[in-house]
Amino acid sequence: MIRTALSAILSHWRRHPLQLVTLMAGLALATGLWSAVQAINGEARASYARAAEQLGTTVADRLAPEDGSIPLRQYASLRRSGWQLTPVLEGTVRFKRQSFDIMGIDLLSHPLVPALAEAAEQDSAPALDALLPPGRFFAHPETAQMLSAAQSEHPVTQTDRLPRGVLIADISLASRLLRQPDSLSYLIILPDQIPGLTPLEQLAPGLTRIPARNAAADTARLTDSFHLNLTAFGLLSFAVGLFIVQGTIGLSLEQRRSMIRTLRGLGVPMRALVALFAAELAVVALISGIAGLAGGYLVAAALLPDVQATLSGLYGASVDGALSLRLEWVLSGLAMACGGTFLAGAQALYALWRMPLLAAPATQARGQQASNSHLAAAIAGVVCLLAGLTVILIFQGLIAGFVFLSGLMLGAALMLPLLISTGLRIGARLCTRPFAEWLWADTRAQLPGMSLALMALLLALATNIGVGTMVSSFRLTFTGWLDQRLPAEVYVTTTSDEQGERLTQWLEDRGITVLPIRHSDIRYKGAPLRIYGVADDETYRQNWPLLEALPNVWDRVAAGEALLVNEQFARRHDLKPGRTLALAPDWELTIAGIYSDYGNPNGQVITSLAALLARAPDIPNRQFGLRLPAEDVPELATYIREAFEIPRENIVDQVGIKARSLGVFERTFTITSALNLLTLGVAGFAMLTSLLTLWSQRLPQLAPVWAMGLSRRQLAGAEILRSLLLAAITAVLALPLGLVLAWALLAVINVEAFGWKLPMHLFPEDWLRLILLALLAAVVAAALPARRLSRLDPAELLKVFANER
Amino acid sequence: MVLKIRNVTKTYPGQTLETAVLRGVSLDLPAGSSLALTGDSGSGKSTLLHLAGALDRFDSGEIEIAGTPLSNLRDRQRAALRRKDVSLVFQQFNLIPSLSIWQNISLHARLGNRWDADWGQALADRLGLTGLLDRYPEQLSGGQQQRVAIGRALALRPKLLLADEPTGNLDETASAAVMDLMLELVRESGAALFLVTHSDAIARMLDQRLHLQLGQTA
Repeated sequence: MIRTALSAILSHWRRHPLQLVTLMAGLALATGLWSAVQAINGEARASYARAAEQLGTTVADRLAPEDGSIPLRQYASLRRSGWQLTPVLEGTVRFKRQSFDIMGIDLLSHPLVPALAEAAEQDSAPALDALLPPGRFFAHPETAQMLSAAQSEHPVTQTDRLPRGVLIADISLASRLLRQPDSLSYLIILPDQIPGLTPLEQLAPGLTRIPARNAAADTARLTDSFHLNLTAFGLLSFAVGLFIVQGTIGLSLEQRRSMIRTLRGLGVPMRALVALFAAELAVVALISGIAGLAGGYLVAAALLPDVQATLSGLYGASVDGALSLRLEWVLSGLAMACGGTFLAGAQALYALWRMPLLAAPATQARGQQASNSHLAAAIAGVVCLLAGLTVILIFQGLIAGFVFLSGLMLGAALMLPLLISTGLRIGARLCTRPFAEWLWADTRAQLPGMSLALMALLLALATNIGVGTMVSSFRLTFTGWLDQRLPAEVYVTTTSDEQGERLTQWLEDRGITVLPIRHSDIRYKGAPLRIYGVADDETYRQNWPLLEALPNVWDRVAAGEALLVNEQFARRHDLKPGRTLALAPDWELTIAGIYSDYGNPNGQVITSLAALLARAPDIPNRQFGLRLPAEDVPELATYIREAFEIPRENIVDQVGIKARSLGVFERTFTITSALNLLTLGVAGFAMLTSLLTLWSQRLPQLAPVWAMGLSRRQLAGAEILRSLLLAAITAVLALPLGLVLAWALLAVINVEAFGWKLPMHLFPEDWLRLILLALLAAVVAAALPARRLSRLDPAELLKVFANER
Repeated sequence: MVLKIRNVTKTYPGQTLETAVLRGVSLDLPAGSSLALTGDSGSGKSTLLHLAGALDRFDSGEIEIAGTPLSNLRDRQRAALRRKDVSLVFQQFNLIPSLSIWQNISLHARLGNRWDADWGQALADRLGLTGLLDRYPEQLSGGQQQRVAIGRALALRPKLLLADEPTGNLDETASAAVMDLMLELVRESGAALFLVTHSDAIARMLDQRLHLQLGQTA
């Protein structure tokens, strides 16, 4: 019996192969995009964990300063008290134009020593070579290659047991290169300690003990917001794909109603039928899930380089390695495919379970039933909206922001059918011509079958408008901000301090304003903080992008009594102008202002150059901004390149550096644009599949008007008009939703994720382009069903009257 | 002559062999008259009705509606003819579920630019639909829906009214009442009625009767 019933059930797909393709493609798309995002996230997180493990930060607790650095004498004092500690000094060094993160360690006691010794042995490096001048670096082969090209003074030992981009050296070499002879970044508490020691809390109250497991999660935590953003996009694409699946499953069961009635009449129990349909769905889910995983893997591999660029640009986080196939990723992808299928099919299966034995095939439009379901969905939508609003009003933070966005998007999607239905009702009342009147009313009748696809389109359009507005607002702000931040006409990097001094003297003799760019790196509450020292100059007073400031801000900074902090640092530590900030235990300055600093993941402060030099006299003096008439730039650049033998790449004009910055910006948002486009593509596909699967069901509605004198060509045109009408209404509704989404991204999500708040700009031309794209997608989606209708054999339409369908 | 059919043949292609449904059928239907077409299932009744309504194409012969030969008409011209001169009433009613009863009644006449609201209202009154005009088809009984279909067909004031088993879905009493009303209204409108039926009783109510057997008039 089961085999016979199954064969009857499956015969449906022989007659509707396109429907099967739609179902599987929808599910594969949903699984694919979700899995792609998960693969990227998984790879990035594995990379963070690998890097933390390779740097030895996961094996022992750390002792880090609340602010500033740890003086060498404090380390010595702790060692004298019996604690087994090993020092670490971190920072950034530059060789030629290349920056490298350096980690100076004690090559006798640090947990990494055995691995480094093994690497040195394989390299046949002499014993103690790393401890003696000029000192040796240890680096990943790729980093070692770049380092060797950038400098030749220090030999480099290659080892793939270190992450890319990081140099390990003896702490003496690191402190020399970083010009921090008396300070340490943090101390590692070695595992074997003598019992009965005075607790560290008493010996060093200013230092915080950070458990090893937290150290490993540092980068992961920093980039959580980015991965959450990706997950949200993946989930959105998954939901859009499931809309296709739900629509197709519902339709396939609807079309098999008469078969189900017959099978039941022939004695097949409903329980067996439901089990057979569930088995059918499970097989479809598994096959589509595997296809989706394959597609997701390819998408992830294609997007990973851009994700690496984004993470590096926004967070300074390095994600290395190629995409690898992980078992948990495969299993979770298949679980999502199966879970999503049953979620999408639950309503249809439940309706099947409850279907009376004598239920008739549903070929007539169910007006009242549809109205009631629209109303119920709209009420659920309002509840979602209110829930989201409540969460954002009560709670703060990234998760609350995403809950608000989810409530907003889901709520709007659920309200869509009622809004469109109301719009169509109003439209029908306003029109006087019979064809238009029929078209509006018929469009409304078609709405239940189209509503899921339209919801998908609404979500995709709103996401595009919202994310597009956010990115464009960011770009506009960023471009203006670059003009403020990069006012100098030329930026020069000399190869040594001496050369820097000679160049400064030469330039000043010729009346060219020289703005030294000097900085010192410290740690504040365990995180890196860069202190810039600036000369008092009109350039800063006129251009610097201050968001908030005390009166006479620049006078205070110039006097060395105040500093400026960047926005993300201010938000992270809740700093406001007028408060004070301790850069070191004996160096406390008033915060005179906050400035925007987009694209920088770390904290940054600005004080007077004199004040900085008083604290850190040895900081390099190799970077300069030069102010001169723009027309003199080429001549000056040529001259100083030849006279001072400064490499061409070390002299960059303002146009060049801005172009480079904008290039980084564009690459940062490549992943966003790609996901945007993919989501819109899925929504377009949802419309196409809905129209294709619905068109044959619509013949009972179309045949009477054909008989009344509308030609098949006119009906085909009406199909395209109807699709356009629905897409246009959806696009119009997506606009305000997209703008609310943009606001939430700019004012809530970005602030939490990146630490900066951006002004919102409006881009009507972009909206118009997007709406036209949506309308084009609607025409393309309707073109195939319309073409079929225009060429339909009249005999097919006549079957409607003969009750042969 | 409102409807003139001469030696019309129609064959449906099959997978292995063709099926000849009509084999040289001829008939004439003057204005104001009515003709009942009877025959067994598969005799070609509905096919002939569809051809007479310019809904389908015939293989040979000729059909003229109000003097217009159909054989050379393009799709668009056939649609225009149906819009202006031909109305249809089907067994399944085939109302538009998304339009109200009043909109259903007026639809065809408005498409053909022949709408007369007074005539439409008079029809609705005569058909007993006055209180139901704001409702939708799914809210009406089968008999009421068939009366709406008749109202829609007659609101056009067509030259030719085609009806395929118009009372096939109704019981005997309702069927007789609907037929009486339809014939009365057809006479008033001056249309020619071409009706397909299985029922001898209904066929007897019309002016002429033609029996179709295996695609030929008997």
